[in-house]
Amino acid sequence: MNEPAIRDIWVYLSASPLLGLTITLVAYGLAYRLYLKSNSSPLANPVVTSVAMLIALLMVTGTSYSEYFEGGQFVHFLLGPATVALAVPLYQQFSRLRQLWLPVTISLVCGVMIAAGSSIGLAWLLGGSTEIQMSLAPKSATAPVAMGISETIGGIPSLTAVLVVATGIVGAVLGTKLFEWMRITDDSVKGIAMGVAAHGIGTARAFQVSSQMGAFSGLAMALSAFATALIVPWLVDLIGI
Amino acid sequence: MNFLNGMTLLLVYQLVGEVTVRLLVVPIPGPVLGMVMLFVTLMIRGRTPEPLENASTALLSHLSLLFVPAGVGMMAHFDRIADEWLPITLALFFSTIITMVATAGIMQLTTRWFARSENGGGQRDE
Repeated sequence: MNEPAIRDIWVYLSASPLLGLTITLVAYGLAYRLYLKSNSSPLANPVVTSVAMLIALLMVTGTSYSEYFEGGQFVHFLLGPATVALAVPLYQQFSRLRQLWLPVTISLVCGVMIAAGSSIGLAWLLGGSTEIQMSLAPKSATAPVAMGISETIGGIPSLTAVLVVATGIVGAVLGTKLFEWMRITDDSVKGIAMGVAAHGIGTARAFQVSSQMGAFSGLAMALSAFATALIVPWLVDLIGI
Repeated sequence: MNFLNGMTLLLVYQLVGEVTVRLLVVPIPGPVLGMVMLFVTLMIRGRTPEPLENASTALLSHLSLLFVPAGVGMMAHFDRIADEWLPITLALFFSTIITMVATAGIMQLTTRWFARSENGGGQRDE
C-alpha cells in the first residue's frame, strides 16, 4: 500500500463517526475483560482503563477530542434515556422504599447537600475559581443531570462531565473499603451511600457486591439526581455565589 | 421488536421531559422530568411492561460504558485541570469520601432509630 492511500483512509475515518464509536466499544470491551481477569478488583475499574486507553490512542494518533466525539456522542447520548430508565428500578423497589422512606429521605437530602457543600467549600478553601467550584458542585449526580445543573449555576458543563466520571471512580474504588472500615454490613445502607455519592459508576460496582446493594444504589442515584436538581441551584443561591 | 418498543418509550418520555422543561423554564434537566413522568405512569398502571423492562435493564447494566466518552473529555480540559489541579483533585477526592461516609452514617443511624421507635412505640402505618 502506498502512503497517500493510507492517508485518504485516515482522513475518511477521522471525519466519520464510525471510528470514534468503534474504538469506544472495543476499548470498553477490553477494559471489561481486564476487570474480570483481575477478579473484579475495584482498582481495575473498566471506566478508568478504557478512558486511559482511549486518551493514549487519541494522543498517539494526533486525533482531537472533537473528532473522537463525532462517534463518542452516540454512546454519550444514551445517558439521557438511561436516566429515564431509572424510573423502572425505582418503581420496582417502591415497596421497600416505602418502608424506609423516612431514613432514605433524610440521608438523601443530607447527602446531596454535603456533596455539593463540601466540594464548593473545599475548592474555595484551596483557592479554586468560582467556575471550578460551580463545575464541582453537582459532581455526585449522574452526568446528564450534573451537566444541566452546572450550566444553570455558571459552571462548565463539559468539565463537570469529566468531574462526574472521576467522582464515580473514586466512589467505586474506595466505597467498599470505607464501609468495611465503618463496620457497616447492611446492604441497603451501603447502596444508598454509594448511589448518593457515586451515581452510575458506583451503582455498577454495587451490583458486583450484591443485587440488593445494587438496587438500593440505583434507587439512591435516581432520587439524588432529582434532589440535586432541586437542591443545588437553591444552595448556591443561599451561599450567595 | 420488544427491545425497540421499550427504547422508543424511553425516548418519548425523555422528549416530553425536554419539551416541558423548555416550555415551563424549570431548572430541572429534561431526562429527570422524563424519569418522574415515567415513574408516575408506572404507579398508575401498576406494572412494568416487558419491553420497557428489557430496554431499561439493557441500558442500566452497561451504565459505566455510557460514561466513557465524557471521561475521555478530560483531554479537552487538560489545560484547565493543570491550572487548578490542586483544588480540583483534593476537593473532588475528599468531598466524595466525606459524602460517602456521612450518607452511610446518617442512613445507618436513622434506620436504627426509626426501627427502634416503631417497635418500641407500637405505632405502625397500615
